[in-house]
Amino acid sequence: MSIVNILRHIIEPGFFGSGPVHIALAVGTVIAITSAVTGVFTVTRGQSFAGHSLADISTTGGSGAFLIGVNQFWGYLAFGAGAAAFMEMIGIQRRRGRDVATGVVLGAALGLAALFLYLGTQYSTTTGATFTILFGSIFVITPSTVPALIVSALLALAVVVALARVLLLTSLSPDIAAARGVPVRAVGAAFLMALAVSVALSAMIIGAVLSTALLIGPAATALRITKGPVRAPAVAAGIGVAATWLGILLAYDSYYWPPAGRGWPVSFFVVTLIVGGYLVSYLRRPAARAEPVPDAEHACSAL
Amino acid sequence: MFGPLMINTWIAATAVAVIAGMTGFFAVLRGSTFAAHAIPNGAFAGAAGASLLGLNPFAGLAVFSLAGALGIAGLSRRARSDVATALTFVMMLGIGALFVSWSTGYAQEAYSLLFGEVFGISADQVRPILVLGALSVAAIGVMFRPLMFSSVLPEIAEARGVRARRMELAFLLIMALATSMTVPVVGALLMFSLMIGPAAAARSVTARPALAMTLSVAIALVTVWAAIAISYRSDWPLGFFVGVIGAGFFLLGRAYAAIARSARTAAARPAA
Repeated sequence: MSIVNILRHIIEPGFFGSGPVHIALAVGTVIAITSAVTGVFTVTRGQSFAGHSLADISTTGGSGAFLIGVNQFWGYLAFGAGAAAFMEMIGIQRRRGRDVATGVVLGAALGLAALFLYLGTQYSTTTGATFTILFGSIFVITPSTVPALIVSALLALAVVVALARVLLLTSLSPDIAAARGVPVRAVGAAFLMALAVSVALSAMIIGAVLSTALLIGPAATALRITKGPVRAPAVAAGIGVAATWLGILLAYDSYYWPPAGRGWPVSFFVVTLIVGGYLVSYLRRPAARAEPVPDAEHACSAL
Repeated sequence: MFGPLMINTWIAATAVAVIAGMTGFFAVLRGSTFAAHAIPNGAFAGAAGASLLGLNPFAGLAVFSLAGALGIAGLSRRARSDVATALTFVMMLGIGALFVSWSTGYAQEAYSLLFGEVFGISADQVRPILVLGALSVAAIGVMFRPLMFSSVLPEIAEARGVRARRMELAFLLIMALATSMTVPVVGALLMFSLMIGPAAAARSVTARPALAMTLSVAIALVTVWAAIAISYRSDWPLGFFVGVIGAGFFLLGRAYAAIARSARTAAARPAA
């Protein structure tokens, strides 16, 4: 009896009966798993900045699509994929040039974002749109887009899983991979494309902030705890899903919390949980293994 | 366009371009463009917090950009720097989202912090920008040689006693200083565009440090001046023009570099 009562206190009544919560949990799970698995390779390859930029850029595409009256889904995907292609073209292969190339593409895209938002607010006075675009809102997903979302997310996940072995080889030792006849650049491009799709989808649903948190945080934590090529993505997915569920639950609970009395944002809870988890694994690691530059980075620097 | 109402805009924008050109040069050289994106954007959370408490947004920006710099530098000690940057950044934005959800009717102000409010800036706002700008320029001037050394040849610099970690922290702190000054003027998103495009363009044209930095500042100035002029005429947002012109300069720089390279190869092999 008392356990039920305690649970009632933790889980606000109505949590499991709410339609938006069901959708948020379902979509959040798919996005968390896809992001975490893609994230393990993103972190190993040192492409965190690209991962974040693609989220920002695809939201620009979303607001552009909104302006011309196209389904936002396509705006997100088109801008994410286009930006990935651009970054690939202007030299994302070299490690140092990579972040600069990413930065230039992101800078131009942010300019476009300013324009789209300006034109958008010309026609409608909803400045709140700026905010939803940046921070997203997992509770306002339209049910009709859910199937298309899940299918694309699973597609991106499938590409990453199919490429997993070659990706790992090209990430850790590109020279050996090249010697073995692996098309290193093509593999990199394919991965970047899958990353773009996965990030664009998560940015559309949960906003650019959460998308980056779910991409990098669980993967980085998992890579600190474990190293296996199967175990790391599995652990990352577990962390991502746990943080998402707990975050949604806390956001639902926070509805009556001070000071505003209208709920704390999901993104805050999920980000805090993910960063907190990372910090625990970060501080736990003894100094012996705490090389500032893990071996993967040395291998990557030749990319 | 050059009337008394606009004069503060021109002064502030010029100061911002100089400092963005200089810090951006090091950001591009060190490959820490992610930090250049994360610190200004994350600092916006500080401004949101300050406005929630009724404080001066400058204070919030300064506190959060410093916290961001320290967070990135601290986490980078034992983790990859891009991961450290990403996690510090999302944490700051997460807190920003919380602050925004607590305050009411904040959206318009947040928009101007992200995208800047360069037109209609007052003389009171120009003064702190000039002071902080001069400080950042002085800091870069003092640290130019060791910073340059540790950016280009980190191993040799370390052997000669230039501590790479300390230099990284110093660089991030300068970035934080520059950020708290520029974000209210050009906005977090544009500060980034203005740092990366011109500096990357300058880098692809020349490898000589002093020349590249001067060129980076010059391109940033041209970018921001042209953007203000066009934006003033067309009424479209400044940020759009800064982003597009900056990227345009980068493409020009890359084209120039490609032509110069092929000319060199042709000169080296006259028979071919």
